[in-house]
Amino acid sequence: MIYEVFRQERKGQAFAHAGSVEAPNEAFAEAYAREQYGRRGESAALWVVPREAVHEIDDFADELQKNYHRVDGYPLKEKLGKARERVSAKNADAFSAGAG
Amino acid sequence: MTPREQEFLEYVQSGGQVETDDWLPEDYRAKLIKFIEMHGNSELMGVLPEREWILRAPTLQRKLALTAKVQDEVGHSQLIYRVVEDLGKPREQCLDDLIAGKSKFHNVFHYPTKTWGDVGVIAWLVDAAAIISQKALLKCSYAPYARIMKKICWEESFHILHGRDVILTMMLGTDEQRDLVQEALDRWWGPLMQFHGNPIAREEDPMYVWRIKSQGNEEARQQFLDGYVPQIWELGLTVPDPKLRKRDDGVWEYTEPDWAELKHVVTGHGPKTAERLELRRATREETAWVRRAVLAEAA
Repeated sequence: MIYEVFRQERKGQAFAHAGSVEAPNEAFAEAYAREQYGRRGESAALWVVPREAVHEIDDFADELQKNYHRVDGYPLKEKLGKARERVSAKNADAFSAGAG
Repeated sequence: MTPREQEFLEYVQSGGQVETDDWLPEDYRAKLIKFIEMHGNSELMGVLPEREWILRAPTLQRKLALTAKVQDEVGHSQLIYRVVEDLGKPREQCLDDLIAGKSKFHNVFHYPTKTWGDVGVIAWLVDAAAIISQKALLKCSYAPYARIMKKICWEESFHILHGRDVILTMMLGTDEQRDLVQEALDRWWGPLMQFHGNPIAREEDPMYVWRIKSQGNEEARQQFLDGYVPQIWELGLTVPDPKLRKRDDGVWEYTEPDWAELKHVVTGHGPKTAERLELRRATREETAWVRRAVLAEAA
């Protein structure tokens, strides 16, 4: 059986996929994972998971182009430029009015 | 090449990485298996020259370090064969092919280790040459291989230090010890210069084209020379190549390595090839009962 091994480098960090081991049962899988990924203190913790237990999802449909819930839905640069222009034009007007 | 293959090629050439379950062109898969399997074979066969010295190590500390290194390398071969297995070639078949001489392993593991000096030179310079190739795999287009290379490179960095320590200790010892190191260097220089392969342009190297590795053979050799020749010289050792020199533009010149020897050796005709493969075959047979017992127990 194939077991996927995920490793955490330091407490608090995310677990990241490290590799896999082949083992006849969980006890062997754990022993192999320890030997491969933990024997020099390089990991704070390991997750050893039977491959079938990992369900991958990699299709993320976005038919409606819902950019209003993403950062790229808010290109503010142009609007901000205009807003700044408006204020500086107003200040310039006030200045020339004052000078006059 | 079909449009889909072309698209895949462009994807990996622009730095894209793929996973086990992704669609892979057949040629890419075949090249990956060949390359990664040879790497796995090399890790497994690479422990044999050093294993011969475990019982003859000069101190307990060296014996323990050497044993740990052998354990590391066998562990690497297990991880690497696992990756090959996911690409479609079972580990048992890899081992069958290795023992039958149908697949290859690196040239440097076909040679004898005559003295403790050889152990030092292997652990320092052969590992240094290997780590240069292996670092070029950290960006491999096949992501599962790239991920295990992180662990492998990390462990190899200990091995280089161990080798350097062995060499430094000998160079600080007696004249006889210094002679052992020089003689070992003389023996290993040829194979070391052949190690990274012929200077084929990287654009013509299929392993580079598919971005399995990220540098060409000559680039790797130049990096090796640049990193290690100064270290060799500073210890008072002589590199046995009268033509070796660094040009003003930074490129190293050297005597053309013996490519015929490289080909002869990696196709199974090295001085120790037959003996080491026979040892692999015999130990595999001797330990078969362990695998049977474990599998029966687990079933």
